[in-house]
Amino acid sequence: MSTENTSHRNFAKYFNFWNLVKYGSMLLLLVFLVYPFFSVIFHSFLGSDGKFTLKFYQVFFTKQYYYRTLWNSLATSGVSTILAIIIGVPLAYITSRFNVYWKKCINMLIIMSLMSPPFIGAYSWIMLLGRNGLFTNAFAKIGIITPPIYGFGGIVLVFTLKFFPYVYLYVSGAMSSIDRSLEEAAENLGSSKLRRTLTITMPVIMPTLAAGAIMAFMSSLADFGTPMLIGEGYKVLPVLVYEEYMSEMGGNANMAGALSVIIICCSTAVLLIQKYVVARKNYVMTALRPPIVEELSKGKRILLTALCMLVAGVAFLPQIVVIVTSFIKTNGPIFVQGFGLDSYEKIFYKLSKNITNTFTFSIIAIIIIIIFGMLLSYLVVKKKSKISSTLDLLLMFPYVIPGAVLGISMLVAFNKPPLMLSGTAVIMIIAYVIRKMPYTIRSSSALLYQIDPSIEEASINLGVSPMRTFFKITARMMAPGVLSGAILSWITTINELSSSIMLYSGKTATISVAIYTEVVRSSFGTAAALASILTVATILSLLLFNWVSKGRVSVV
Amino acid sequence: MSACTLSIIRRNRPARMLWESVCNSVSLKGLNKLSHGVKICNVIKRYDDFIAVNDISCEIKQGEFFTLLGPSGCGKTTLLRMIAGFNTIDGGKIYFDNKVINDIEAYKRDIGMVFQNYAIFPHMTVFDNVAYGLKARKLPKSEIEPKVMEALELVQIKNLKDRKPSELSGGQQQRVALARAIVIKPGVLLMDEPLSNLDAKLRVQMRTIIRKLQKDLNITTIYVTHDQEEALAISDRIAIINAGRIMQIDTPATIYKKPQNSFVAGFIGTSNFMEGNVVRLDGDSTAHIKLDAGYDFSLKLKKDLQGKIKISVRPEQFIVDDENGSGIPGEIQMYTFLGDFANYEIKLENGQVVQANEYTKDIDFVRDIGHKVRLSFHPEKISVFNEEGTEVFS
Repeated sequence: MSTENTSHRNFAKYFNFWNLVKYGSMLLLLVFLVYPFFSVIFHSFLGSDGKFTLKFYQVFFTKQYYYRTLWNSLATSGVSTILAIIIGVPLAYITSRFNVYWKKCINMLIIMSLMSPPFIGAYSWIMLLGRNGLFTNAFAKIGIITPPIYGFGGIVLVFTLKFFPYVYLYVSGAMSSIDRSLEEAAENLGSSKLRRTLTITMPVIMPTLAAGAIMAFMSSLADFGTPMLIGEGYKVLPVLVYEEYMSEMGGNANMAGALSVIIICCSTAVLLIQKYVVARKNYVMTALRPPIVEELSKGKRILLTALCMLVAGVAFLPQIVVIVTSFIKTNGPIFVQGFGLDSYEKIFYKLSKNITNTFTFSIIAIIIIIIFGMLLSYLVVKKKSKISSTLDLLLMFPYVIPGAVLGISMLVAFNKPPLMLSGTAVIMIIAYVIRKMPYTIRSSSALLYQIDPSIEEASINLGVSPMRTFFKITARMMAPGVLSGAILSWITTINELSSSIMLYSGKTATISVAIYTEVVRSSFGTAAALASILTVATILSLLLFNWVSKGRVSVV
Repeated sequence: MSACTLSIIRRNRPARMLWESVCNSVSLKGLNKLSHGVKICNVIKRYDDFIAVNDISCEIKQGEFFTLLGPSGCGKTTLLRMIAGFNTIDGGKIYFDNKVINDIEAYKRDIGMVFQNYAIFPHMTVFDNVAYGLKARKLPKSEIEPKVMEALELVQIKNLKDRKPSELSGGQQQRVALARAIVIKPGVLLMDEPLSNLDAKLRVQMRTIIRKLQKDLNITTIYVTHDQEEALAISDRIAIINAGRIMQIDTPATIYKKPQNSFVAGFIGTSNFMEGNVVRLDGDSTAHIKLDAGYDFSLKLKKDLQGKIKISVRPEQFIVDDENGSGIPGEIQMYTFLGDFANYEIKLENGQVVQANEYTKDIDFVRDIGHKVRLSFHPEKISVFNEEGTEVFS
């Protein structure tokens, strides 16, 4: 009898709330993340005869058409990253060390340009510098022929302006968290200002700079919309994945699978370098006395402010272009003189389904993300075990996976019973949850690490069970972190293109898919109106984020 | 009550107010529920191959103020957390009165705990923090309020009841934590280095408050600290712990005066250890001892002992004499004058440096660096240990 009691108790203990969450989410991740990826990897080694083959990899590395895209991807991402550093670091130095005007405004513009839908940059630069662009025509009138924007140069231009904010935000964070005494000590030991900057300040921010640069590199590598719109003949890997898969429709995704594996290998390699080479040298710093902000003479101050505003303004320009063009009168797909609401009228007749889709899918996804993000970040931070660290690793995996690849893997995995999901809203929502949950988890975890374990113990000790303690105490203390993370997840979800474009069907097309198809159809007015809706939604969400996070949580 | 404690209370306004408020209070003090005695039997805690708590046994009487004292990493907090239910018990049993609590979950143990960093719920007011445990016990609202107010009054922060924790100082947070732990009338009160984050003056003040509250409420209290002065001042009994084992359990005075082994002698207060040999043993266990530093004395040992021994002499146990007196010859290397006494560092002829105190009331002048002196002691006051470090003096 007594042994029965004990075994019953052990059983109950084992199947407590947190174990259920742990094994439940493990199962879900195995089904919706691990299984799809293994399917893709498996398919990439599967010949048409159903036997193991290296044919697709052989083709990739021997045919110029294929291996060239790898080189193109690395070249555009690499050059953009270097340019992003060249722009981002001095800008961060100026705004964090000198009393330039409108710092908040500069910051906000830069954050907004980072958070805007990626392909809107490409689209706007085409509007400005493309074949029939505003600037192209204006310059042509005075006899200057601008270089073509399509191809390598255009991709690099858009990537640089889009992703330098990563470098800027990371570095300015680090710059203002260096304790003043560190630099004072250097000066005190006889270092000149320049020498101090080179020997103390730069090395200390180096790991952060590298982390920002790697974010920029990986985002460039994974981006699909920009090279698709502006690259024209210049193909990069994600575009090739898309084209291969679309031309092979019918389920034979082998070549696309092989390409996906190659992309994943590249981004994983970069991430591992970051983790083991850069992160190891990280200096943890909490500035008790933040560095001195230098007072400038009025002239210099205006000059530096103008410089910063110029950079931030150029980065933000695409969004202005989009909103302005959305109000230009159109005649069919062609712009005519004057302003009007033609484009908006058109999208409400033709594309209102896309708008409701975007917001319905995103709301459902974000609810799931909040619930799981909260529980999982708690598991990972507070209930350390082998399974929870595996969960942690799996959850961060989507960071290194381009959306197009995620899309393909889900299609490959779920295009047959028992899980016949392709073409449904469900598959899109799952893709969003998997791809965007890391934002919420990261921001919740960051806050959780600051919550002292004894706070929970105090509650348990006072007679409240662990599960009720989680909801009464921990969940409430985590709320700001979860919420700000969720807003970032939300912003990136409504703007998501690369996985949507793989997974959508006629009924489930979203705003971003519609923008893409409208641009391809040269229907720039409607595309601009749709993009403006996204831009406004993004800006409003960002303002909400700023209000909720009160500056405690960074967008990167 | 000693004159010393009284004078502290007289000087110390909050403590006096507390005394009055304790006298006036009724319900928290009400004796309808007695706190538990705690029995710890052969308790073990392992982390992989590291044994944090190694077969500890002790018994804490109902209403006792019992302190676990030891260097950091000795296992004292681990043991406390095992009693609280936050660490599992890998071996042995813990009893509250006669009930084994090993398998009772932490939230059902009815323990009040004060944490090192207070662990105040940051999103609740002071009042809600203190009411939290009562709400968990499903008390009607009409009973919660007077109890909370009474607890707040006991720790003298009634006026702060609507504040948020972020608006409180460290000392005030400490009082909230204390009120929150006692308001539930716990069976056992656990305190994990509760004063270590306060400044020195506040530490002494809170120490007095805790001690008085504990006595007046008659709650069995287990207190963890690494600060020996605090432990000596506050406890009924102290358990000295080292490397997961109990070294000695005794009252503060006994611990100081009669350390059972060389660890305790070295850990509590200052001890000068000197080595020597038993040169001859008489039939009645009187040992004649010759110290390596060149000093002979004899005393009665607990049991017969031959060979090497170690003695410990407190600085105040040394009798400092002039050069031509008797005792171990040495030279003053350094002195610190501290008002009521002077502390000397004295280099003996074998190179060992010892500390000795001389009380201002006994001397006319403070000895200077370079002075030659002689040191002696009363053999019955010192501690003698065998080679393993166990006390052997009867």
